[in-house]
Amino acid sequence: MSDFHRNTLTQLAAGLRARRFSSVELVSAFLERIEASQRSLNAFVSVTREEALTAARAADRALGAGAGGALTGVPIAHKDIFCTQGVRTTCGSRMLDNFISPYDATVVAKLKAAGAVMLGKTNMDEFAMGSSNETSYYGPVRNPWNPQLVPGGSSGGSAAAVAARLVPGATATDTGGSIRQPAALCGITGMKPTYGRVSRYGMIAFASSLDQGGVLTVSAADAALLLREIAGFDANDSTSVAREVPDYPALLEQPVAGLKIGLLREFFDEGLDRENERCVREALKVFEGLGAQLTEVSLPHLPLSVPVYYVVAPAECSSNLARYDGVRFGHRCENPRDVNDMYRRTRGEGFGAEVKRRIMTGTYVLSAGYYDAYYLKAQRVRALINADFIRAFESVDVLMGPTTPTPAFAIGAKTADPITMYLNDIYTIGANLAGLPAISVPCGFVQQLPVGLQIVGPHFSEARVLNAAHAFQRATDWHTRVPQGYA
Amino acid sequence: MYDFERVFSVRDAFPMILTREQIAGIAALARLELTPSEFPVYQESLSRIIDFVGALDACDTTDVVPMAHPLAGLSQRLRPDVVTEEDHHEQYQPNAPLTAAGLYLVPKVIE
Repeated sequence: MSDFHRNTLTQLAAGLRARRFSSVELVSAFLERIEASQRSLNAFVSVTREEALTAARAADRALGAGAGGALTGVPIAHKDIFCTQGVRTTCGSRMLDNFISPYDATVVAKLKAAGAVMLGKTNMDEFAMGSSNETSYYGPVRNPWNPQLVPGGSSGGSAAAVAARLVPGATATDTGGSIRQPAALCGITGMKPTYGRVSRYGMIAFASSLDQGGVLTVSAADAALLLREIAGFDANDSTSVAREVPDYPALLEQPVAGLKIGLLREFFDEGLDRENERCVREALKVFEGLGAQLTEVSLPHLPLSVPVYYVVAPAECSSNLARYDGVRFGHRCENPRDVNDMYRRTRGEGFGAEVKRRIMTGTYVLSAGYYDAYYLKAQRVRALINADFIRAFESVDVLMGPTTPTPAFAIGAKTADPITMYLNDIYTIGANLAGLPAISVPCGFVQQLPVGLQIVGPHFSEARVLNAAHAFQRATDWHTRVPQGYA
Repeated sequence: MYDFERVFSVRDAFPMILTREQIAGIAALARLELTPSEFPVYQESLSRIIDFVGALDACDTTDVVPMAHPLAGLSQRLRPDVVTEEDHHEQYQPNAPLTAAGLYLVPKVIE
């Protein structure tokens, strides 16, 4: 058996360029790992073996001719929310079980252009609505650290795949924590960029003012490499921002001495597991040892971020998911009596329970008589939360705290009560409401389960956030730990 | 387990804010067919969610401008009014449940 999986994505890219091994060898080895673990982890919805080997052969020819981009021949996986031309794109839903995308998402096209080879599409919560990967039509993903536990969500398939070293990196999306929370629960690095930094074109919409594409990797250096390729302006996304993309990998090594770190008082609240807190506080001491300055800051409106989110996200979801009508693509019910019967049964059958719950919540808060009381009220409180963040960044460079209140929990433990499930994202939602870049990096273990440290920066400060994460990973080795059975 | 009861005053006994009739109304607006067994589930969980988001009422938002977009300072971009899309229907229609002669077929809408 090869040991390619013991290398980081950055090392593999360099090895390919130096022609120490071929892309076909690399891709074959990772495909084998994916296939061997599919039954135990269920991390993939589709494995694209033939397409991957064809792309790998092309990559080897390019490398042989001295051509190729930054990622030529490097295997990756895409969360099944990204449209991939000619490949089934399900978004974890029965509604799109038969959907073959006629085009590539911008993120997919950019990674293809950089030479990356897609091995498959990863499992996820249905339409990215969930924090445990239990709402997928294709069954739950299991956490490689303990198969009885959830990997987090909604990007649980991508996170489990990277944690088990089935791929060296994967794309993901984050609407309320869907990159950072599974990264924390699976012991890997997860980067959510600034809203508008990465194109949303071809990324199936859930809540358009919150959704942002990003990456899951072993290290911050790997995240920097992938982010440089996927970031940038895209005319096909009306909220894409025309702003130069820094060379993130080149900016990783700056010292963090003098970095002003704000500890979010609201993140060290009564709900935080004491052992999780211990790991995070140890991580902060590492930064202090590197010369960073810690100060406590308070964002008084932050505790309202979960209730704000559960008005705003369902409202946008109910509008976005109105497009699934059984006419142009996706599921259609059998023998509709009339057009209304077709809409209602198509949607009743095609959507799972959590998606229906959010569509109905959104429909309610947007309906006449309730719009002002719920939706506008939530958008006003969102403005206050955003103002809290902007004020905090006047005195500190980055904010730090835990990514999640607890380590991974058991499959089935939180499915009965939606509010309990929603509170998993209590520390991550703020960055989505304000559109800020944020990363989760492994910072310790509680009962053999990984814990994540979250670093949040001002708008478009991805380089600084990645730099801080990288400095931490130079000083610690938590990110190199691999679950038993996958080492 | 996140000790949410200490952070939020979420109660075991919460008001059943929404009636079964309201759930039927919401489902009709959202074009969702619900089975009889789904009604009590959504009546309870939506009531609970609406109760939970009621925490926002206590926040003073006088004179606060609602935020619709996370990058508040940016305005929506305009583009030149030129045709950028070509006809893709042959490429798109294989995903449709029912088509004929390049048209999408639906049940009769007008009697």
